[in-house]
Amino acid sequence: MSLIRRRKQNETSRPTRSDPSSIDKEDDNKKKIPAKDQNAEEIALKKLRKWSCIDSCCWLIGSICVTWWFLLFLYNAIPASFNQYVTEAITGPVPDPPGVKLKKEGLTVKHPVVFVPGIVTGGLELWEGHQCAEGLFRKRLWGGTFGEVYKRPLCWVEHMSLDNETGLDPSGIRVRPVSGLVAADYFAPGYFVWAVLIANLARIGYEEKTMYMAAYDWRISFQNTEVRDQTLSRIKSNIELMVATNGGNKAVIIPHSMGVLYFLHFMKWVEAPAPMGGGGGPDWCAKHIKTVMNIGGPFFGVPKAVGGLFSAEAKDIAVIRATAPGFLDNDIFRLQTLQHVMRMTRTWDSTMSMIPKGGDTIWGGLDWSPEEGYTPSKRKQRNNDTQVANEDDSEVVASQRKHVNFGRIISFGKDIAEAPSSQIDMIDFRGAVKGNSVANNTCRDVWTEYHEMGYEGIKAVAEYKAYTAESILDLLHFVAPKLMARGSAHFSYGIADNLDDPKYRHYKYWSNPLETTLPNAPDMEIFSMYGVGIPTERAYVYKLTPSADCYIPFQIDTSADDDDTPLKDGVYAVDGDETVPVLSAGFMCAKGWRGKTRFNPSGIRTYLREYEHSPPANLLEGRGTQSGAHVDIMGNFQLIEDIIRVAAGARGEDLGGDQVHSDIFKMSEKINLQL
Amino acid sequence: MASILRFRKLCYAVPLKLQSFEFSKVDQKQKVDKKEEDANVFLPAQDLLEVDDQKKKYPKQQQRKWRCIDSCCWAIGYLCTTWWLLFFLYHCFPATMPGFQVPESPGVRLKRDGLTALHPVVLVPGIVTGGLELWEGRPCSEGLFRKRLWGGSFTEIFKRPLCWLEHLSLHHETGLDPPGIRVRAVPGLVAADYFAPGYFVWAVLIENLAKIGYEGKNLYMASYDWRLSFQNTEIRDQALSRLKSKIELLCVTNGYKKVVVVPHSMGVIYFLHFLKWVETPPPMGGGGGPGWCAKHIKSVVNIGPAFLGVPKAVSSIFSAEGKDVAYLRAMAPGLLDSEILGLQTLEHVLRVSRTWDSVVSLLPKGGETIWGDLDWSPEEGHACQLVKKGNFQCSPNDNYTDAMRGFQIKETEKYGRIISFGKEESQLPSSQIPILNSKELLHGSATETVNSSCRGVWTEYDEMDRESFRKIAENKVYTSKTILDLLRFVAPKTMQRAETHFSHGIADNLDDPKYEHYKYWSNPLETKLPDAADMEIYCLYGVGIPTERSYVYKLSPNDKCKSIPFRIDTSADGDQNSCLKGGVYFVDGDESVPVLSAGFMCAKGWRGRTRFNPSGTATYIREYQHKPPASLLEGRGLESGAHVDIMGNVALIEDVLRVAAGASGSEIGVAFLSCIGIIVVVNELPSCEGNITSSHQPESYARLNRYEARLGRPSGSLGFLIEPTQAFFSCGQFSPLHN
Repeated sequence: MSLIRRRKQNETSRPTRSDPSSIDKEDDNKKKIPAKDQNAEEIALKKLRKWSCIDSCCWLIGSICVTWWFLLFLYNAIPASFNQYVTEAITGPVPDPPGVKLKKEGLTVKHPVVFVPGIVTGGLELWEGHQCAEGLFRKRLWGGTFGEVYKRPLCWVEHMSLDNETGLDPSGIRVRPVSGLVAADYFAPGYFVWAVLIANLARIGYEEKTMYMAAYDWRISFQNTEVRDQTLSRIKSNIELMVATNGGNKAVIIPHSMGVLYFLHFMKWVEAPAPMGGGGGPDWCAKHIKTVMNIGGPFFGVPKAVGGLFSAEAKDIAVIRATAPGFLDNDIFRLQTLQHVMRMTRTWDSTMSMIPKGGDTIWGGLDWSPEEGYTPSKRKQRNNDTQVANEDDSEVVASQRKHVNFGRIISFGKDIAEAPSSQIDMIDFRGAVKGNSVANNTCRDVWTEYHEMGYEGIKAVAEYKAYTAESILDLLHFVAPKLMARGSAHFSYGIADNLDDPKYRHYKYWSNPLETTLPNAPDMEIFSMYGVGIPTERAYVYKLTPSADCYIPFQIDTSADDDDTPLKDGVYAVDGDETVPVLSAGFMCAKGWRGKTRFNPSGIRTYLREYEHSPPANLLEGRGTQSGAHVDIMGNFQLIEDIIRVAAGARGEDLGGDQVHSDIFKMSEKINLQL
Repeated sequence: MASILRFRKLCYAVPLKLQSFEFSKVDQKQKVDKKEEDANVFLPAQDLLEVDDQKKKYPKQQQRKWRCIDSCCWAIGYLCTTWWLLFFLYHCFPATMPGFQVPESPGVRLKRDGLTALHPVVLVPGIVTGGLELWEGRPCSEGLFRKRLWGGSFTEIFKRPLCWLEHLSLHHETGLDPPGIRVRAVPGLVAADYFAPGYFVWAVLIENLAKIGYEGKNLYMASYDWRLSFQNTEIRDQALSRLKSKIELLCVTNGYKKVVVVPHSMGVIYFLHFLKWVETPPPMGGGGGPGWCAKHIKSVVNIGPAFLGVPKAVSSIFSAEGKDVAYLRAMAPGLLDSEILGLQTLEHVLRVSRTWDSVVSLLPKGGETIWGDLDWSPEEGHACQLVKKGNFQCSPNDNYTDAMRGFQIKETEKYGRIISFGKEESQLPSSQIPILNSKELLHGSATETVNSSCRGVWTEYDEMDRESFRKIAENKVYTSKTILDLLRFVAPKTMQRAETHFSHGIADNLDDPKYEHYKYWSNPLETKLPDAADMEIYCLYGVGIPTERSYVYKLSPNDKCKSIPFRIDTSADGDQNSCLKGGVYFVDGDESVPVLSAGFMCAKGWRGRTRFNPSGTATYIREYQHKPPASLLEGRGLESGAHVDIMGNVALIEDVLRVAAGASGSEIGVAFLSCIGIIVVVNELPSCEGNITSSHQPESYARLNRYEARLGRPSGSLGFLIEPTQAFFSCGQFSPLHN
């Protein structure tokens, strides 16, 4: 297959190179004639006739091919370490990867390791499909090269979507997670997710029998992975097996991103009695789990999910729209990309697990937010503090010059985002009548629930002006009733008043850290590891789309910019790892679970490990060894070192306890949550 | 596929065309130069000079050269363009061409019949077919972390052959990893779905299972490191524990449905080992308790089972040869042994494969009782006809009338002599063979070493002197019993190591406590089947292909550096009706496993309640007549009976699917085609007469009837047919196997 791929590259590069030069060559042939002597002229004339344009083209292609093959041959002939050699020559000696370094220190395999991948990064493959997916059996639809997206986009969207009613497979389609380490080691060729961590663990002796990738179908709700695929049962059985075959050493769990919530769900599931749970008994976690090392965990969800569900947009799309207006919405292309994306993602229940949880208590109301006063751009780099960082007065003053209302996750119009709450005239949308669909038939079969809302409904939404984390839920219920009806059977976003209430035994609360208690496992440790120092989406300024029936009626107002506040292209940013704000990643370990709280009755120790983002110094470094970005952090040497130490037996204190760069402790203080 | 090959060809042509290309580049420059001399183009001054120089010196010559080289480039360009165009068209084509009817796959057909996934399925791959990947290696293997060393495209063999061999070898003393190297089995279905790109092993079966609803949660590939001895896969990788845990999980998550296990080739004896291991108490076993198999396993569907070993294993340990190597040598003598190439391929292969314990598990088991001795063999009297297209026909079928008369008089092949030195020796009556006392001889001294000049390739042959080689050759013939002594002599370390893991005998008393040791677990003649009366055992294998059974050897020409002193005598060819060809005697089988090894246990050893099968587990034989693919379009054929290709056999897939969907053995029925199949199974015919369903069945019956007619017996007189059974297992050698 690689042959074919190579060939394709060549094919694409060919026209760009051949066009100008082939013209040159024709000129050549013509101009050459007078330069020849008499004898040669005849030959040249003959040649001119013989070497027509097509021949020249062929000639050119031939020579390019030969060059290309030659280079390819050279490339294959150079030793594999050449790349590294060049890097070292330019940037100086590269530090040993953490695996090598720690092997020299004498660390070896001790605890079995379980990886829990997050949303999007896990591969999905086809097991049964419709006619159009012929020949794709057991090929990756998600992950890998994504070749099918270009070849048959509609077919691809059809197969990646789930049933709109049940949130399970549509009839006749079975798309299943890839299993094994290959499920999420690389997301696309060359774009690592877990691969670096796996390679470093292998250096100290880890292999397939001591590492396990708990791959699951990240599109469906957590409990449905068990209902449909028995994924939770498999994870349970595998952890038990690994603990048993490794001399009773408990497992170290490493969830990433949404995997954090998934594993939270698992810990409740496994101890809950069958049939709803796994029937492992009340001390299963204590017996089998040593440490949970959450990487970039969105415990309280991410504001990005709101943007995604509301209008299938995020910062990236807003940027595209700002730089090339009209491209995405262009009617000429007849693409309707966003509408297709939206229709597809709205069938995925898992996106709803990422809707901000904890309401206004956590995310702030109309007038306050825990992050106010701390903006990423103003924060200087700090050294490892184990406690709350010293207050930097000037900094606080500087950033408080203009008050930012992060609590208003969606506001319609920049002025609304900035106005004090008393000046906002909110008209309740909840009772608004939804008009009939306006010309649904012109929309070329792309159906989103917006088409059922009608103009009145859309207008009502916009007139409410500003939405906080709590009213966002109502908003989503209003604009996407089916989706939310399906989702609220599986997820919950509140804060429990009384955790002993029997209703909290239902699985829909299990993935919300504010509505469950941690298992009774006092020896267990929980780490929260995440990057900081990258602006992360926190709140959006929206506008109504200029009226067009077929479009998503709302979009981010990319014209909203402000130099004084972290507002850029319609998005307010706070400190975080580019996807998850610090608040969501750190609060539970910093405060919610610290010590014996009602969410953590057995007093499981928690540790915060923050990693300051520093972008790669040059292109040769790839995605960097000190990155703090949501996915790239998996290649962060410091993080890998921490993980390896824990896997080899270290405890939280041995790593040095907390390592904090952000203002997470101060933010946490502002949150008034009963513990 | 063809287009890829063509592309490859082009690739290989590159180095040849490089030179010419360089010239053409110069020419190009010159042209550019000429045109733009006045315009002050920024070509490097040196180039300008050079080109000018050339122009002055050979203006005419260049003109001519230019044309030739241009033509070359033109041709390449032309080919490339055409190729791309075709490639593009190929991709534009709809996946299913209208008008070209692809035969419906059994999965689709059975799905229409209403079959759905019922029992979870566990696949157990055999030797060689499973992928192996690198987890830790020496510096020379830089960049291969988690890349496949075995399986896949095998590119590393060409790039760094010695490094590759080093990493695939195991430790010579322990049979485990050498220090600093960890090569592990690839897990998951990808481990053995395709062996190399385009060469399916399990992929077709998996696809058909998926059609009736199988997927990751009820389909599991029990991949293991096939180089290790079976118990070592547990010691090093806990592969058996994993398999146990997986089977238990599959049962639980699929509504307590028992598992259907589908082992292939060596996987069959691996799973036999597992069946004993899982019920044995720890630490040696898995501690599943005596009812484990009965509780978790519905049926074991063995494909191409190598229950009693394969003679091929002998030759590969003895001289790293097989039929293929012998043919190659016969066709291109000197290629493999060429000193000039400095390859010593066979020596390397021998050295590496002798570190693999698993090869020893495939040595013929059961000794002379099963495989025959100097004068008889179970297959004898089986007039051999190597029909065109490599098809192998069962003798009673075709020229039986002639054969009947001359049957016993005619010189029969002495298959029991697995290795004989010289063609004559392989055919002489035993009384005329000068038999030396093998035991005594084989304990001769081995002191001299001559490996200094042999470029570091070390095999155990280097430690032996030529005197002992001569003695070995003088002994002339070896049966399956003495073969073991021979191997112990020529490969003492390998055999010593491996024989703590495998045994090749027949148990006299199965209740002897010594049989609790794991080394007996993979030998069906030294273990009892588990106590699981409801379990079913199937033997599914192809017939109709000549299969290696015994070899004619000779001493290699005297050469110090030839570290393998013996080789198959490819000049030994029999007459037209002989099974001897290229130094190899053939019998019926699936190209790797003779019918005897594949079918005997199901046909007789375990049939009914025997001492090997105390609980009376039901056994069923399904044979598949080999039919080579009719055209190239069919690839490896839909009705193949070859050892690996049978995994794409439509009839076999259908049977597996039916069993997986809940059918019992009596619904599947019995199909037998080979002589041994007919003759052994006929014993049981009355009991299975009523439920014959397969399309093969009438054929078998017709064959039986013809057989009877030729013998002048009334049709359906099954009583008679027991006679040839006795003829086959003559000499009373089989009596210990009777209950």
